[in-house]
Amino acid sequence: MSELLRQQFELGYTYTRSTGPVVGRFLTELRRRRIVGSRGDDGRVYVPPMEFDPVTASALTEFVEVGDHGEVVSWCWISEPRESHPFDQPFAWALVRLDGADVPMVHAVCAEQGQMHTGMRVQARWVEEPRGYITDIECFEPETEGAAS
Amino acid sequence: MKDVAVVSFAQSDCRRDAGACNEVELVMPVIQQALQAIGLNSSQDVDFTCSGSCDYQQGASFAFVMGVDALGAVPPIKESHVEMDAAWALYESMLKISMGQAESALIYGFGKSSPGELPTVLSQQLDPYYLAPLWVDSVSLAALQARTLIDQGLVTEADMAAVVSRSRAQAKANNPHAQLAGDVSVDELLAEAPWVAPLRKHDCCPISDGASAMVICTLEKARAWGRPYAVIRGIDHRMESHNIGARDLTRSASTTLAADRAGVPDGPVEVAELYAPFSHQEIILSRALGLDDSTAVNPSGGVLAGNLMMASGLSRVGEVARRIMDGEIRRGVAHATSGPCLQHNLVAVLEAA
Amino acid sequence: MSDKATETEDLITAIETPVYLKYNFTAGAATTRFLHQVRKGKLTGQRRPECDCGHVYVPARGSCAACGLATTEEVELGDKATVQSFTIVWIPIPNNPIQPPYIVANLVPDGANISFIHLMSECDNDSVHIGQRVEAVWKPEEEWDYAMDNIRYFRPLDEPDVPIEMIGKVPLSGWEGEA
Repeated sequence: MSELLRQQFELGYTYTRSTGPVVGRFLTELRRRRIVGSRGDDGRVYVPPMEFDPVTASALTEFVEVGDHGEVVSWCWISEPRESHPFDQPFAWALVRLDGADVPMVHAVCAEQGQMHTGMRVQARWVEEPRGYITDIECFEPETEGAAS
Repeated sequence: MKDVAVVSFAQSDCRRDAGACNEVELVMPVIQQALQAIGLNSSQDVDFTCSGSCDYQQGASFAFVMGVDALGAVPPIKESHVEMDAAWALYESMLKISMGQAESALIYGFGKSSPGELPTVLSQQLDPYYLAPLWVDSVSLAALQARTLIDQGLVTEADMAAVVSRSRAQAKANNPHAQLAGDVSVDELLAEAPWVAPLRKHDCCPISDGASAMVICTLEKARAWGRPYAVIRGIDHRMESHNIGARDLTRSASTTLAADRAGVPDGPVEVAELYAPFSHQEIILSRALGLDDSTAVNPSGGVLAGNLMMASGLSRVGEVARRIMDGEIRRGVAHATSGPCLQHNLVAVLEAA
Repeated sequence: MSDKATETEDLITAIETPVYLKYNFTAGAATTRFLHQVRKGKLTGQRRPECDCGHVYVPARGSCAACGLATTEEVELGDKATVQSFTIVWIPIPNNPIQPPYIVANLVPDGANISFIHLMSECDNDSVHIGQRVEAVWKPEEEWDYAMDNIRYFRPLDEPDVPIEMIGKVPLSGWEGEA
């Protein structure tokens, strides 16, 4: 059998995605450093907002502004970040429940591993120039001492 | 859904890198094995063919079309494909038979994950606005789920290690195709460093290349062929929200629902083959199915011993069917999953004829 | 809450979400065998000698697609081929050095039964036709790699046309017109 042939390559999908009114509203608010969720049929607030209630499937139209501080509901520690990850240094992925929200969202937390714990208070670290992307929140970080939430 | 018979099943070895095989070379041997076991030659000898695979795994567009070169599809055959695990190709084939449009079907699944970085590739199946741009990989999401279980006292790291230890031992005893097999104690596993804490590397299924294939048919046809067969008595699949935060990650409500609809509680479960890519998920699934010590869970070692992404679900059904055809057991349950943290689950009940 | 955001600024309606994924492609056994010959300036096909159909595939992917069994035998093919079909491309493709209009053709090399796709050049686009005889124009040997573009393109030959029913049946010894 001849020597096996291999070739490195990169596949690119240069998509532009329509946001629709719900996702579009959320991203538009992010650009203003504000976070909104949507209220589900059972009264729970989903952040980021969902277009449809996951249980009843009805369209969700009520937006609710929530805080940019919150609480870590679960987390895992990335000791060796992958090339695709947003940070080169070790960080955490976490489920963060924002103040005023009921349903937690997935995002990164930049902290020391020793600081990480379930229930820890975190606050959003915004990028300098938000453009209307989920990555406008660069990450969450431990809440500053005495910060208002 | 009409009862159907599984008359044949074949699976390749699970290998970390099957670089020496393209798609055709990967699936051709298992298809031949599955067909020849019951005296068939090619897809011409069945009424319908359906496959499961995902081109993003190897980054080769329309690889699933190339796979058709392994079928003998001249003159043209009735053929379909799901961009999912081949367990759902089985489901589609059962629908086809139930509708009376086919009496027999060839099903195959294949995965060649080695060319890409699978956990990263899988990050792009997530919500394209809220999650994909963060590149949250599949291992990390499973780790968030594991932490939730541990925090709530529902699972311990030792419980998880016990799942792995048993998987390795069962694979060594029962599974010639396993990628990971051997004797390793819970203490040895717990002594290993965390990888994506709270997960250790051994809590995560390996990445494997390979394929599996199955032939199913109506009960009448199975009797006419005169071969041993297992009957799929019930099958159902249910999906939960794509929003991880909105789900109770400590349970698998969709598995329980699918299991009830498939008839799992209607009889004893001697064997359960569960598609649990992470150790803690085997525990979630066992509970969701209401299994107790009377059930042998994953006697093959499950996918912790080797995970043929897009074929592992079909292989779970095949593993249970094979044990029934061999006369080892009379009733078993197979499970397949898709999506992050057990989002979408299929449950099948198999019985002896 | 107020709808200030929507009143005071344009609502975002679309976002760019590019995805780039890195892979290490592996050729597989059949393609590896084919490319090793291409590296030496030779076109080869593969067939399964036991097959009733006897099809010779190029480039082979490892099976006789008609019967679904492994191709085990290497078959030498000629540099000459027959046009089975073609199209004239008028649309420029980003990053493609070839300028339109150019011809992409399904070509069956002598000795093979199945066509592959390559370029045609040194020809009058308006007179290219099905059944036309062509030959491979290889790059200089020092530029050969494991790649189909070792052949720059195919150019017309001054040989009689192959009738449609004979396309895909021309032997390695070539085509000298109707017997």
